[in-house]
Amino acid sequence: MAEQVISLQVNGAEHRILTADHRTLLEVLREDMAMVGTKHGCDLGECGACTVLLDGRPVLACLVLAVQVDGRTITTIEGMAEDGTPHPLQTAFSEKGAAQCGYCTPAMLLTARALLDEVQAPDPDDIRQALAGNLCRCTGYNKIIEAVEAVAGAQD
Amino acid sequence: MGTGHNVLGRALPRVDSMEQVTGATRFADDLTLPGTLVGRQLLSTHPHAVIAGIDTSRAEALDGVRAVITGSDLPITYGILPVSQDENTLAIDRVRYVGEPVAAVAADDAEIAERALSLIKVDYEPLEEVVDLEQGLSEDRPLIHGEGTGRNVHRSVALEFGDVDEGFGVADHIREDVFHYSGNTHAALETHCALASYDAVGKLTLWSSTQVPHYLHRSLERVLELPAGRIRVVATPNGGGFGGKTEPFSHEFAAAKLSMLTGRPVRINLSREEVFYAHRGRHPVLMWVRTGFAADGRITAMHFRSFLDGGAYSSYGIVSMYYTGALQTATYQIPNYRFEGVRVFTNKPACGPKRGHGTPQPRFALECQLDRAAADLGMEPVGIRLVNAVEPDSLTVNHLRITSCGLSECIVEVAGASDFTARHGRLPHGHGMGLAVGAYMSGAGLPIYWNDMPQSEVQVKVDRGGGVTVYSMATDVGQGSTTMLATVVAELLGLQPSDLAMVTADTDLTPVDLGSYSSRVTFMAGNAAVEATGKVRDRVVRAVAEKLEANPADLVLADGRVSVAGDPATGSDWAEAVRMAIATEGPLIESGSYRAPELAGPYKGSGVGISPAYSYSACVVLVECDAQTGMVAVERVWLAHDVGRSINSLLVEGQIEGGVYMGLGEALFEEQAFRGGLHRGPSLLDYKIPTILEMPPVEFIIVESIDPGGPFGAKEVGQGPLLPVVPAIANAVHDALGVYVDEVPITPDRVVAALRDLARGGSGRFGPESVPDFDFGTPVRVEPPEGFVAP
Amino acid sequence: MTMRLPNFEYVAPATVDEAARLLSDPGRSSLIVGGGTDLFPKIKRRQAAPTTLVSLSGVDEMRGVRFDSAGNCVIGASTLLADLAVSHQVPPVMAIAAASIASPQIRNTATVGGNLCLDTRCNYIDMPETWREASGHCLKDGGEVCWVAPRGNRCWAINSSDLAPVAVALEGSVRLTSVHGERLIPVEDLYHDDGIACHTKSFEEILVELLLPSGGTRATYRKLRRRGSIDFPLLGVAASARFDEAGTCVSARMVIGAAAPAPVRATEAEEFLIGRQFTDEVIGEAAGIASGPVRPQDNTDTGSRYRKWMVPVLVGRALSDLVADDG
Repeated sequence: MAEQVISLQVNGAEHRILTADHRTLLEVLREDMAMVGTKHGCDLGECGACTVLLDGRPVLACLVLAVQVDGRTITTIEGMAEDGTPHPLQTAFSEKGAAQCGYCTPAMLLTARALLDEVQAPDPDDIRQALAGNLCRCTGYNKIIEAVEAVAGAQD
Repeated sequence: MGTGHNVLGRALPRVDSMEQVTGATRFADDLTLPGTLVGRQLLSTHPHAVIAGIDTSRAEALDGVRAVITGSDLPITYGILPVSQDENTLAIDRVRYVGEPVAAVAADDAEIAERALSLIKVDYEPLEEVVDLEQGLSEDRPLIHGEGTGRNVHRSVALEFGDVDEGFGVADHIREDVFHYSGNTHAALETHCALASYDAVGKLTLWSSTQVPHYLHRSLERVLELPAGRIRVVATPNGGGFGGKTEPFSHEFAAAKLSMLTGRPVRINLSREEVFYAHRGRHPVLMWVRTGFAADGRITAMHFRSFLDGGAYSSYGIVSMYYTGALQTATYQIPNYRFEGVRVFTNKPACGPKRGHGTPQPRFALECQLDRAAADLGMEPVGIRLVNAVEPDSLTVNHLRITSCGLSECIVEVAGASDFTARHGRLPHGHGMGLAVGAYMSGAGLPIYWNDMPQSEVQVKVDRGGGVTVYSMATDVGQGSTTMLATVVAELLGLQPSDLAMVTADTDLTPVDLGSYSSRVTFMAGNAAVEATGKVRDRVVRAVAEKLEANPADLVLADGRVSVAGDPATGSDWAEAVRMAIATEGPLIESGSYRAPELAGPYKGSGVGISPAYSYSACVVLVECDAQTGMVAVERVWLAHDVGRSINSLLVEGQIEGGVYMGLGEALFEEQAFRGGLHRGPSLLDYKIPTILEMPPVEFIIVESIDPGGPFGAKEVGQGPLLPVVPAIANAVHDALGVYVDEVPITPDRVVAALRDLARGGSGRFGPESVPDFDFGTPVRVEPPEGFVAP
Repeated sequence: MTMRLPNFEYVAPATVDEAARLLSDPGRSSLIVGGGTDLFPKIKRRQAAPTTLVSLSGVDEMRGVRFDSAGNCVIGASTLLADLAVSHQVPPVMAIAAASIASPQIRNTATVGGNLCLDTRCNYIDMPETWREASGHCLKDGGEVCWVAPRGNRCWAINSSDLAPVAVALEGSVRLTSVHGERLIPVEDLYHDDGIACHTKSFEEILVELLLPSGGTRATYRKLRRRGSIDFPLLGVAASARFDEAGTCVSARMVIGAAAPAPVRATEAEEFLIGRQFTDEVIGEAAGIASGPVRPQDNTDTGSRYRKWMVPVLVGRALSDLVADDG
């Protein structure tokens, strides 16, 4: 079995991991690093539930090999709060009712964060386009848009 | 605040939301126990076949395989309804659909488990398959349950309330229409997962994403032949349920059995494909409805026939069938009503309950037909609904007891907010508006298995520091039941919901609640919580009143204090008050319960549809249709919902919006479709649940009718708001394009087919032409209830 | 996580030459991987079982957009679709097509080369393993029969690339490199009208870059799909044309995607348009001509009849785009 030692910057910390080539980033995060905040809904890139940030951009951890991202920077939901202070998006999702069952929430938050990091004042259409790869089965999305808008407005 | 309430009705966050947004919520697949084995199931690749033999020897011999089981290892059948226990954990002798589990393995890792499955050899002898309604009703096909050939009728019903022939006799106008509602599925984002651990002293614990830990507990006891006291079921937070996790599933028993055999924890997490096969989603229903109207639009009689394609097993099917006829009368005054229904078995995954259970299909038929009747009679959609709308404190011809009812208010409000009457029929080609209504139960009136115990029990325990812990088996599937309970308790004790500790959904720790289905939790667990908390409150008030030498009736609990009304400085803070209560009367642990009143009518089947209260909704949608591509975009939705009383407006809005979303998906996108016995696409790419780009803004109007039986007057909101969305969209598409698509989902190919028919001079209709000729037998005549007033 | 990848070796060479050498190593059964968003689901569903994946992500020279001395816009095959979608250097229609592909997350890993070399798709093969066993393995899946057209002996899986029809409409070409040398071929010639042997590129060849000639062409891409995101096209129409000062068409290309195993050139309709002005009548007639040879099969969502109906609709809209004020 082909294996490699790789180095991942996950949520600001350096991790050196021995992993088989064929394992996905999703498997390594959840199984080797106990970061189970990253979810899985289809394993085939069709639902967005496993979204993490790779060098700040949202990608699907179920379709990325861990060895493919050797040396790169990864942000998961566990790294979204800083020094125990929730990210404003986390607070807004809570206050606006943007999470119901909470299963798509980590991916949704990370995707929204990537948008806000990139675009100063996204309009609702920017928000929709950015979140168009994240399926949510509970909320009907509108409260998610409201939460992102609220934070976008505040950082404006 | 001015409402006279501490926290009731406010838009407070869910009590578990910070865990959710930090990724700390632990779903079933997020739990880890040392030494956990990977469980996997082998699926049938035949829709209908005899299992001539299974050879597991090569799988068993594989290094790293710890156990392999087949049907004979778990011979006891199960099924959610006591009358239809027709499922085995793993198929015995026969497979009845593609995807049915036939064997299960537990192995050291996923790769070994997969390898082991490939080494199991199953000898199938294919049988002729039965894959649709027509084949199900054929005399010549093999019986799916039983030997030989014959009609695969699971159950049929024929009921008549009042005198339907007489009702049609006095009608000025009669319409007959045929509709088809395709099957669809829940597609919760979390795939079902169970983790079983059978420990050294013989106790089994099962963590599972189930909506019904109590029913699962009972089923495990039977199937595994273990005493209830040696089984603990913990319902983990469900990553979405919608009815899809509302009965015991094969993988739950298999994981448990494999753990018992190996002495190690075993996890089975279904793949997305397996979830499509586990299904239990919306039944495809073919419907024929004949309705008589007086010239003023009043319904004089209705004859409704429904044909359900049930799939291979019973699931909730008998109940689903009854539901397709039960709630027509909950919205409209129908003086004479005949309902005939039949459910057939087919070689496909079993259908069951999905949000709205059995009622979105007839609601679609009824609301579409009503619009056409209005046009026939020269009436407006609003007018014909208002003239027929059910009144509060009334009885229906089929013995439903209506208490609070905000239906007319919902219609008026939603039509007003959307300017419906001025815009309907007057928008440019391609733009349209549609209206529809719905009603749903606030909990099924009867439990699933007959018993005269409470349907919900809640305990409230207060410690000496004032900490309050609420114990309830109510299961949060995302709808916010835990927050609802916390809000009810906090309201009564003058605390904040976030102050409370909530212990839920654990058969070892919490008193019984029947589960998160039939929109029962707010009404039933809410009432149980009110009772339990009321006892706690009374004791604390008594102790403080004694100290203050005040009249207990003058005391209020607010902002963490127990004091004389209007004088917060008096009295005690909450913790001190609690200590006084414990000192005077002992441990501060109280319980409450709820049991629905006796509501069943005098006929078989009357247990379905009865509820202590009904919610009401009305919906208007605005659509834009592309007259060339047939693509339908919903631009805006207005939805008014009578929730009785809003306990938490944020959650109420969330349920409304989520219901609109799911209705939108059913109306335009989603179909659990088959080619023969094979699912057309068991994936989230092929099964099209709407993305954020398809979701329109929703304007909601919360109507509070204050139900006399509900906790603080509250009723349900989890399922009702979905119901009117589907027909409202269908009616709007007609308004936009002049075509009738009498089959959901209203896909672009169906719209274009209807448009082409219209262009060729046809009626512009796409949909089924007729229903099968099926003999339902002579209907059972049921007299309307005493006190029933025909309109 | 129930769908896992099987064991394989992953290598990420730093140069095209090294990658080419690895691909021609007879000791390996290698596949090229770009972003992996097409390949990994297929491997997870056990539609392919490579022993080695040769990644191109470590090849710096294959990323980004530049212009060559002839004025061609040269797009490196490892350029991410997300970067293409916001590029101001590429023809706008290319960016628009890229922005319409799959989902934002997928565009952040998927590459231009990967989309151009997308394997053909069909709802009899892009299914889980159990499903395919139940259905009976189809022609493309090692079986004997194409379930879409069981009487024939060919595979009808669909080319669902969005970039392919656009690149053909823009008269693009691709540079292919292998240990045997290098060749530059028109994009059109990259595809073969067969669902199995759908690319003319050999397994040893690496698609290094896409070259788009510069200037003078108006172009558009119309895509039909059920949802505004995630979905593959039900149909895609790319069109380009040049006009003289009087508004008469001097050259035209019309390419229909997602209808057949290869992008379909509507050559008859192209010829019809030359020398004509795009009036509504001309557009209508051209749309009719264009749809003649297009015969979608019942192997994706919504069925063949509807997709056939939609060909003239989309072609008409695309042609109208070319003469719209903002076209």
